[in-house]
Amino acid sequence: MKPLVPLIFERSVPGRVGYSLPDCDVPEQDISQLLPVDQIRQTAPALPEVSEGDVIRHYLNLSLLNHSVDNGFYPLGSCTMKYNPKINENVSRLPGFARLHPLAPEKCAQGALQLVYELEQYLAEITGMDAVTLQPVAGAHGEYTGLKLIVAYHKARGDFKRKTILVPDSAHGTNPASAAMAGMNIVQVKSDAKGCVSLEDLRAKADDTVAALMLTNPNTLGLFDVNIAEIAEIVHQAGGLLYYDGANANAILGKVRPGDTGFDVVHLNLHKTFSTPHGGGGPGSGPVGVKAKLIPCLPVPRVVKKENEFSLDYDCPESIGKVHSFYGNFAVNVRAYAYIRMLGGQGLKLASEDAVLNANYLQARLKGAYHLEYDRLCMHEFVISAKHQKVKGVHTLDIAKRLLDFGVHPPTIYFPLIVDEAMMIEPTETEGKETLDYFIDAMLQIAKEAEETPEKVTNAPHTTPISRLDEVAAARNPILRWL
Amino acid sequence: MNNQYLPNTPEQRRQMLEAIGAETVEELFRYIPEKLHLNRPLNLPHPLAEASLVAHMEELAGKNNVGAVNFLGGGIYDHFSPIAIDHVLTRSEFYTAYTPYQPEVSQGTLQAIFEYQSMICQLTGADAANASLYDGATAVAEAAILAINATRNRKLLVAGSMHPWYRRVLATYMENLDVEIVEVPCVGGRLDIEAIKFLLGKDVAALMVQSPNFFGIIEDLPALGKLMAPEKGLFVVSADPISLGLLEAPAHMGADVIIGEGQGLGLSQSFGGPLLGFMGVTEKLTRKMPGRVVGQTTDTNGRRGYVLTLQTREQHIRREKATSNICSNQALCALAASVYMSLMGPEGLREVARQSLLKAAFAREQLAAIPGVGLPFAGPFFKEFVVTLPKPANVVIEAMLGKGYHAGIDLGRFFPELRDHLLVAVTEKRSKDEILGCSAALREVLAK
Repeated sequence: MKPLVPLIFERSVPGRVGYSLPDCDVPEQDISQLLPVDQIRQTAPALPEVSEGDVIRHYLNLSLLNHSVDNGFYPLGSCTMKYNPKINENVSRLPGFARLHPLAPEKCAQGALQLVYELEQYLAEITGMDAVTLQPVAGAHGEYTGLKLIVAYHKARGDFKRKTILVPDSAHGTNPASAAMAGMNIVQVKSDAKGCVSLEDLRAKADDTVAALMLTNPNTLGLFDVNIAEIAEIVHQAGGLLYYDGANANAILGKVRPGDTGFDVVHLNLHKTFSTPHGGGGPGSGPVGVKAKLIPCLPVPRVVKKENEFSLDYDCPESIGKVHSFYGNFAVNVRAYAYIRMLGGQGLKLASEDAVLNANYLQARLKGAYHLEYDRLCMHEFVISAKHQKVKGVHTLDIAKRLLDFGVHPPTIYFPLIVDEAMMIEPTETEGKETLDYFIDAMLQIAKEAEETPEKVTNAPHTTPISRLDEVAAARNPILRWL
Repeated sequence: MNNQYLPNTPEQRRQMLEAIGAETVEELFRYIPEKLHLNRPLNLPHPLAEASLVAHMEELAGKNNVGAVNFLGGGIYDHFSPIAIDHVLTRSEFYTAYTPYQPEVSQGTLQAIFEYQSMICQLTGADAANASLYDGATAVAEAAILAINATRNRKLLVAGSMHPWYRRVLATYMENLDVEIVEVPCVGGRLDIEAIKFLLGKDVAALMVQSPNFFGIIEDLPALGKLMAPEKGLFVVSADPISLGLLEAPAHMGADVIIGEGQGLGLSQSFGGPLLGFMGVTEKLTRKMPGRVVGQTTDTNGRRGYVLTLQTREQHIRREKATSNICSNQALCALAASVYMSLMGPEGLREVARQSLLKAAFAREQLAAIPGVGLPFAGPFFKEFVVTLPKPANVVIEAMLGKGYHAGIDLGRFFPELRDHLLVAVTEKRSKDEILGCSAALREVLAK
């Protein structure tokens, strides 16, 4: 069968070019006079030979096969697929930012350093922390950095027995993976019947080997852990620190600050909460905020301000070192900075309020047709289950695929792991009621189909450019490149 | 009250609250204990309207000096980025999409990544490549973890000629993991092969080198590859992708893992981020590779399509047993690199590499002819080289800036003993006139 869009390699015509370069105006030399002869390339890489028009048509046709926030609703839980303001794209491309080399003298980078410095301050204020680093470039990178800070903090105090990171069973997979990468042992803490951290289990596990508890609050069920004060007390009394996974921070802006609820370290995902685009998987930005006692451990360099001059300070002997080649995903941070300046404190608070309102509206309208394991007011997202539909042979995956026929991106599915047939739904604040109503109607129709014509759901999608793909075959006999 | 990103009107909010059975929005937050509420406005600057924000951002950007002729390198290079790239990157369908977890509505992203992986394999000679890592530095750390897992050894031989900040990131990542890092010394800016022979043994997880190295010098990869061939340890090479337009694919010289910084492939400098870490590996290491990978498969109608695959390596399935914690990567940067490589093709990439090489050679010759300027290293170089100066490099850099040139990087920033060493990078964008202008300016600066 004809492919949807041929591979760019399959468009290649020998001799065709897509570039223009100036003539070489320095004296010609034989490259074998300059390069080691045994390292001169014998066979050119088989890159495509295409014209500029071929390239544009190719990628434009590919782009048309994607669903995106700008195409339609994207209620992907814990991913905060909010609208990405267009001004962010423009300002991040200003030549003064885009053409700035990271090793240019500091006096040539005053605007960039000021932006970094101010954004760190804003994020510290939003999270209730004392200092922030913008060096981590993704959520998981932030988690890793935060854990390194915690390990360094304990070591600096001469406390070498703290090898355990506590992680709730509802946590994102990156939490235990980041802890493992930081060389720590992972101990899982159970959730209680209300979907919050089990205080009993936490008390049993909070011993003097605990370096930190990693917590997402609101958690991945979209529930604010009402016991947060007790949790903080238990962990702190055991000598551990409290780590805030900011994946769900879109629920709390201007309402409650992690730093005021006992957290010592926090990471944010600027590509979620602060409107920078997800880019099909990245680049993101994962700043980390800390309480004063952890500041000496922050990655170098730190941006410092002296008499209206900004500079980079490398003289931090207790620093964990570096986690990125330079200073993080600067151009992403520019976008988040613009977003915060555009909205101000009141606008951020309103964003969280509307995000929570939208989620509760969806939850209230869907909870009859779908099973709601934890029936209470949610924050910015909630988790329903296809438990009722499963009886008819219709699973969460089928419902997700059927939603594609309605032009809606499915929710996050089969997560968190503690809910059977889970669908985690996060509408965000940038969707209006009509969009939510359209989604509700679609979900209700699918629930009805699951009862009456289940095969219509289990055979979905029916209208996408391609039908369900054989993932098992892909993994068994991996074809990972052309040729 | 409302802003342009919030569509719900007060009336719609009221209707929704009614459906929920709540009177006010505040009620929805009632699970947050009262005493924890932030009962004051956030202390942030007053909101700016769009026009004011544009003006403010332009003012900030204007405080950066990007007008000087750029001879800066050290991992980030001023290569030309063809205009068409940004036209692809600004397609909403690419940049406002999430990770392609639903393949039926993500074939655009998935196929683009598959093509990217294919191009990285073409450049490096690897059998498989991942969908991207954060940057060149974390790619070194990820390669080290891969080598430790693949060999079960815990000793890394790391080139002293590798970018010092890459090594600093590696040190951060290896700290606390019971891994020994041994720095391989250099002679004349190039790795000391005799020293490596002495250091090699059954306990080595990897030899990790960068070529062209931090000083711009091309390491003797064929010799290193032969040394590593009979060893259990992996040969990890960090390469400049532009150089691979002229230089042999590292896998063909014995590299097991090829990594690097992909910024030169059409990405802007942007004060050092976002960047693009790439990684390619040999067949037998494929299932140990970190990061997302896209594979080809078929749909229920037998049509060719693409999916994220080998996911049992990844954190969302494997949690603490994953090959890495990486989740978000640099997908859009990988897309930029793919568009770059498509536009350039084999001939264009070769020509960019060739012009960079020739212009660097010309610049080196010009600068070395200035009284007091020396060439400390004799090894073959690609687009970057080191000169010694009769004055501290930072003083010279400052003076050169006054004449409109970013003359290079002060190596004293990285090695205190090299305060009079300047690292100069030359890309295909530099013209003969700019190079001559720079050398004339330097001559004047040094004559004072």
